[in-house]
Amino acid sequence: MSSQPKENSLAASIVDRDSKQSDTKKPGLSMLALFMSLLVGVYFGIVLTKSEVVRWQRVHDMFLFKEPHMYLIISVGIVVAMIAMLIIKKVNAKTIEGVPIKYDPKPFHPGVIIGGTLFGAGWAITGACPGPIYAQIGAGAWMALFTLAGAMIGMYAYAFFKPKLPH
Amino acid sequence: MDYIMQPWPWWISGVLIGFTVPLLYFLSGQGFGISTSLQQIGAMCSPHSKLSYFKNYDRVKGLWTLMFIIGIAVGGFIASQFLSSAPIEFLPESYMSLGGGIRLFVGGILIGFGTRYAGGCTSGHAITGIANLNWPSLVATIFFFVGGLAVTWGIGHLIF
Repeated sequence: MSSQPKENSLAASIVDRDSKQSDTKKPGLSMLALFMSLLVGVYFGIVLTKSEVVRWQRVHDMFLFKEPHMYLIISVGIVVAMIAMLIIKKVNAKTIEGVPIKYDPKPFHPGVIIGGTLFGAGWAITGACPGPIYAQIGAGAWMALFTLAGAMIGMYAYAFFKPKLPH
Repeated sequence: MDYIMQPWPWWISGVLIGFTVPLLYFLSGQGFGISTSLQQIGAMCSPHSKLSYFKNYDRVKGLWTLMFIIGIAVGGFIASQFLSSAPIEFLPESYMSLGGGIRLFVGGILIGFGTRYAGGCTSGHAITGIANLNWPSLVATIFFFVGGLAVTWGIGHLIF
C-alpha cells in the first residue's frame, strides 16, 4: 500500500480509481454494462428456477446419487461454456463496448480445499449455492432469508479471520 | 407454451446455464461468478472498515455484481409467478420451522465463509473456472462435492 485512502466511501473510491488507474476502459462502470448485468441476471434467474437447480430436493438427490439431473446440467453447462471460451479466445472476441474479453484465473491456496469443503457442506444443508439463494428470495421462498443472513455472517467471518488464515 | 411452463429438461437447462458465461462477458465484460456479491454487499455495508478484505476492495468495479443478483431475484420471481404451471417447492416442508431456519442459517454461514475462502462457488469455480481449464477451480469443485457428500451421507440423518 503506497497511499492510505482517507475515506472509503463510494464517491471517494471513484475519484481514487480515476486518479490511480491509467487504463481507459473500466469494465463494469458504464451504465450500459450495469444494465446488461441486470438483464443477464434476470436470464440466469429464470434458467436457475426453471431448471429446478434452486430446489433443495434436487440438490439433495444429487448428493444421494438418486438422479443425474444436477450432474448433467452442471456438465453440459461446463462444456457449453468451454466451447464458448475457446471461440472467444480464437477470435479475440471483444465486449459490446469494445473491451477485449479476458479470463482472470483464480489462484490455488489451501482455502480452495478448506473453503471448498465448507461451502459444499453448506450447499448440501441449504440446498442452495449463492445464485439460487437470490432466486429463492425473489420467488418468495422467504425462509431463504435465513440462508442469506448466514451467508453474510460467514462472509464477515472470513473478512475478519482472513489475515490469520493460510492463503 | 406448455413446454415452458413445465420444469425444463437437463439438456436445455445445461446449455442455457453454460451460455451465461459468454453472455455476461460479451454484454457487460464480466467473468461469471456470484459469490463475490457477498463481498460487495459487505464492503458497501461497512464503508469505513479497517479490514483489508473490504478496504482493498473496489466497490465501484464490483457494482455489477449487485445488479446481477437483483436480476437473479427478479428472474426467480418471473419464473415462479409467470412461467410455472404449478407452484415450485423450493425448500422441503421440514424446513418451514424455527429449526429449519436455524439449519438454513448455519448452512448459510458455511456458504458465505466457504465460498469466500475458496474464492468462488459453483458459478465462478465449477462452471467458469473449469471451462477456462483453470486447475485450481477443478480442485475447488471436487472439494465442493467432498463437503456435500460428507454431510449428506455422514450426518444427513441428523439434519434432514
